[in-house]
Amino acid sequence: MDYSSFLQMKEEFSLLAVMVFLLVYDIFASEKALRYFQPIALVLFAAHTLLNCVPREAFEVAGGMFQYVPMQTYVKTILNVGTLIVLLQAHKFLNEDTNRIKRGEFYFLTFSTLLGMYFMISAGNFLMFFIGLETASIPMATLVAFDKYNKKSAEAGAKYILSAVFASSISLFGMSLIYGTTGTLYFNDIAVLFTGTPLQLLAFVLFSVGLFFKISLVPFHLWTPDVYEGAQTNITSYLSVISKGAAVFVLFTLLVKVFVHIIADWQPILYGLAVVSITVANLFAIRQQNLKRFLAFSSISQAGYILLAIISGTALGMASLVYFVLVYMFSNLAAFGVISVIEQKSKKILMSDYNGLYQTNPKLSFVMMIALFSLAGIPPFAGFFSKFFIFSAAVQQGFYVLVFIALLNTIISLYYYLLVVKAMFINANETPIETVTSDVPAKISFVLCTVGILVVGLISTIYSQIAVFSFGI
Amino acid sequence: MNFLSLFVLIPALMMMGLFVSKNRKQIQFVMATGAILLVIMSAAVTYMYLTERAAGNLATMLFTADTVWYAPFNIHYSVGIDGISVAMLLLSSIIVFTGVFASWKIDPLPKEFFLWYSLLSIGVYGFFISVDLFTMFMYYEIALIPMYLLIGVWGSGKKEYGAMKLTLMLMGGSALLLVGILGIYYQSGATSMNILEICKTNIPIQAQYYLFPLTFMGFGVLGAMFPFHTWSPDGHASAPTAVSMLHAGVLMKLGGYGCFRVAIYLMPQAAHELSWIFLILTGISVVYGAFSAIVQTDLKYINAYSSVSHCGLVLFAILMLNQTAMTGAVMQMLSHGLMTALFFALIGMIYGRTHTRLITEMGGLMKIIPFFGVSYVIAGLASLGLPSLSGFVAEMTIFVGSFQETDTFHRVLTIVACTSIVITAVYILRVVGKILYGAVQDKHHEHLDPATWYERLSVVTLIVAIFAVGSAPFWISSMISDSVMPVITQLAK
Repeated sequence: MDYSSFLQMKEEFSLLAVMVFLLVYDIFASEKALRYFQPIALVLFAAHTLLNCVPREAFEVAGGMFQYVPMQTYVKTILNVGTLIVLLQAHKFLNEDTNRIKRGEFYFLTFSTLLGMYFMISAGNFLMFFIGLETASIPMATLVAFDKYNKKSAEAGAKYILSAVFASSISLFGMSLIYGTTGTLYFNDIAVLFTGTPLQLLAFVLFSVGLFFKISLVPFHLWTPDVYEGAQTNITSYLSVISKGAAVFVLFTLLVKVFVHIIADWQPILYGLAVVSITVANLFAIRQQNLKRFLAFSSISQAGYILLAIISGTALGMASLVYFVLVYMFSNLAAFGVISVIEQKSKKILMSDYNGLYQTNPKLSFVMMIALFSLAGIPPFAGFFSKFFIFSAAVQQGFYVLVFIALLNTIISLYYYLLVVKAMFINANETPIETVTSDVPAKISFVLCTVGILVVGLISTIYSQIAVFSFGI
Repeated sequence: MNFLSLFVLIPALMMMGLFVSKNRKQIQFVMATGAILLVIMSAAVTYMYLTERAAGNLATMLFTADTVWYAPFNIHYSVGIDGISVAMLLLSSIIVFTGVFASWKIDPLPKEFFLWYSLLSIGVYGFFISVDLFTMFMYYEIALIPMYLLIGVWGSGKKEYGAMKLTLMLMGGSALLLVGILGIYYQSGATSMNILEICKTNIPIQAQYYLFPLTFMGFGVLGAMFPFHTWSPDGHASAPTAVSMLHAGVLMKLGGYGCFRVAIYLMPQAAHELSWIFLILTGISVVYGAFSAIVQTDLKYINAYSSVSHCGLVLFAILMLNQTAMTGAVMQMLSHGLMTALFFALIGMIYGRTHTRLITEMGGLMKIIPFFGVSYVIAGLASLGLPSLSGFVAEMTIFVGSFQETDTFHRVLTIVACTSIVITAVYILRVVGKILYGAVQDKHHEHLDPATWYERLSVVTLIVAIFAVGSAPFWISSMISDSVMPVITQLAK
C-alpha cells in the first residue's frame, strides 16, 4: 500500500500539526512563554486556514475511505473561519483567572471536533463517517461541560452526551442494516445497490436520525435549547454554526451520492421536517426571554430553511446551501459574539436586560441589529441573498407550497427578531447595561462578521466561486 | 456604470456623509445637499428623457444598462426608465427634498434618523429604476425595514404597535411577492429576470392563474388594497412627519407601480380573466376608505384613510386595463403623492404647535397660523379635485377611462367609485371647517409660533408642484400615456 497518498490529506494533517504543537507547548512551555499561548494559537490557526483555502483536484485515499472533492475545501474553509471567529470571541473568557489553566484543553478539544468534522465531510465509507461523527461529538460534550462548577453547564454536558450517544447508536444501527442489505460500507458501491427495498428504507430512516440530531431538526431538537443555554456562550455559538454547518453539508452529499435512488422517498421526509422545524421553532422562539434559548430556536428554524436547499438535490441547491451556511455563520456568530461579551461583563442574558442598549453600547447594538436582520433575510444584508437563493433552488424543482410556507414563517421570524431590535433601540430603560469595552480579538471578530454580513451578499464572486464546484443529482 | 445608478449612489453617499458628520449643522448640510442633488438629477433625467423621445427613440425603456450579477440565477443588475418611472422619480425627489426640510429640527438622534431616511430613499429610487425582477424585489424590501425603526424610535402614540403591524404586514406582502416572482421566472422559461425579456415569453395560462393573484396581492398590500389596508392608518398615524410623507407619498406608489409593471405587464391573460376580483376589492377600498375617513377624529387617521381611498383608486384604474384609465392611474399616483405629503407635512407642523391632532380640540387656527391654514385649504381642495389642482386632472382621466368600459359590471363599479368624490368633499370640508374656522378651542392655541423658513420651503415646494401638475398636465400625461402603450399592446395579445 502506498502510504504517501495519505499526505494528500493536507487539511487534516495541517490541523493535526497545529493541535499537537499546541498540546506540547501547553505542557512544556514556561509560565512566561504561556502568556503568548493564545496569540500563537490564533495565528497558527489563521495560517492553517489561509494555507488550505485553495481547492485542489479530486482524489481518493485508502481505497475510497477518504474521498476529496474541491467543494469540500470551501466547506472546510467556512468552518475554519467560523472557528477562528469563535476563538477570537473566546479570547477574553479564556484569559480569566479561573479559566487560564484550562485554555489548552479548550483549543485542543475545539480542534478535535473540527478534525472530526473534516473526516465526516470527506468520508467515502460509513466507517470513516462514523469515526468522524464521534470525534466531533465526544469532545463537543466535554466542551459543553467546560465550566464544570456551573451546574447548568454540567447538566447541559450530560444532556448532550446522552442524547448524542443515543442518536449515534440509532444511526449505527441504521448503518448495520445498510451493510446487511448491500454488503458494503463504501459510498460508491452502496449508491448502486441501494434501490429502496423496505429494509433499506428502514435503514435509511434510522441512519439519518443521527444527522438530523446534529442539525437539530424538529422533532430531534429537544436537547438544543437546554444545551445552548447551559454551555458557555462561545461553545454555544460553535455548536450552532460549525457543528451544524458540517452536518448539513454531509447530509446533502450523502443524499445525492449514496441515497440517490430513493429520492422519491427522502424528499417527502425532508419536506415534512422542513415544515415542522421552521414552524415549531418559530412559534417557540416568540416566547423566549433568555437570548441564548431564543437563538437556539432561531437556529432550529434556520436549519429548517437549510433543508429547502437540500430537498432539491441539485447543483444549484448545493451552491445555495454552502452559501447559506457561510452567511449564517457570519450572522449567527455576530449575534452570539455580542451576547457573549455582554454576558461576561454584566452576567445579563435576558431580553429585558437589553432594553435601551443603544444608549450605552451603540456599536454592539448595531452589530446585533445587522446580524438579526441578516438572519431574518432583509436586504442589503447577506441573509437576504442566501434566503433568496435557497428559495429559488427549491422553486426550480417545483416546491412552490413549501417555499410559500417558509416565506410565511419569515414573517413570524421577523417579528421575534424585531423584538430584540425593539428592546435595544426603542424600549426605555432607567439602568441600561453599562458600556462594554471588548478586547482586541473580539473587536476583530466583530469587524470580520460585519464585513461578512455586508459584503458577501453584494459581491457575487463569492457565490460564483462556490457554484463552480457544486454538484448534485 | 449607468448614470441612473446615481439615484441609488447619492443616498448611499449621503449615508456615508452622515456617518462622519459630528453636529447638527453638518448633518443638515449633508441632507440638504443630497436632496437638492437628487432634485436636480431627476429634473435632468426628465429633460433627457423628453429630448430622447422627441428625437424618435421608441424603445420601451430608455437609458438601459445591464450588468450580470449572479450568473447562476440569471440575476442582472439592470436599470432603465420609461415615462412612468420618470414621473415617479420626480415625485420621489420632491418628497425626499421636502421631507428633509419638514424634519429639519428632528429630535432626538438626528443622525440616525437621517441615516434610516436615506436608506429608505435608496429603496424607493432603486425600485423605480430597476427593470430586473430580483433587484426590484430587493429594493422593495430595502424600503421596508428602515420603516420599523423610523416609526418605532421617532414616532408618536401607539408607535410600537403601528411599526410592528406595518412591517409585518408589508413583509407578508413581500412573501406573496417572492413566490410570485420566482414563479414568473421559472414558469416563463426566460433566461433572465429582466422584465423586458420575460414579457417576450409566454407564461402558461394555468401558472398565470395563481401567479397573478400572488403578485397583485403582494404589491396590493403596499398599495393598501382592501382588506390588506389596515397597516396604513396605524402606521401612518404613529410615524414621524417626514416618514409619513415619504411612505404615503412614495412608498405606497411602489404598490401601484409594481402591479402595473409586473403583475399586468407580464401576465396579461390572467389580468383579463381575474381583474374582476381585484376590481371589487379596490372598489371597496375606494368607498370604504372614504367613509372611514369621515368618522375619524385624529387628523393623521383621516389622512391615512383618505390615502387608502385614493390609492385604491390607483389600483382600480390600473385594473380597467385601458390606456386612458392607466394614464389616469399614474397621474393619480403623482397627484396623491404630492398632496398627501403636503397633508402629512402640515399635520406634523400643526401638531408640533398645538400638541394635539384631534379635530375636536382645535379650532380657529386660520387666524393664528394663517400660513398653515391657507396651505391646508389648498391641500384639501386638491384632494377633492378642484380644477387647476393636480387631483382634478388625475380623477378626471381615471373616470373618463373607466367609463370607456361599457359592460354593466364595470359601469356599476365606476359609478360606485365616483361617489368617493362626494364623500371626499364631506371629510375634507368637515376638517377644514372644524380646525381652521370657528372659535379657538384651547387657550394655549391663541399664541402659536409662526411658520419657520424651512417649514415654508417644504410646504411651498409641494404647493407649487401641485399647481404645476394641475395647470399644465399635458406634457406629463402624454409622457405617461406613451409609456402605458407597451402594456396595452401586451394586453391585446
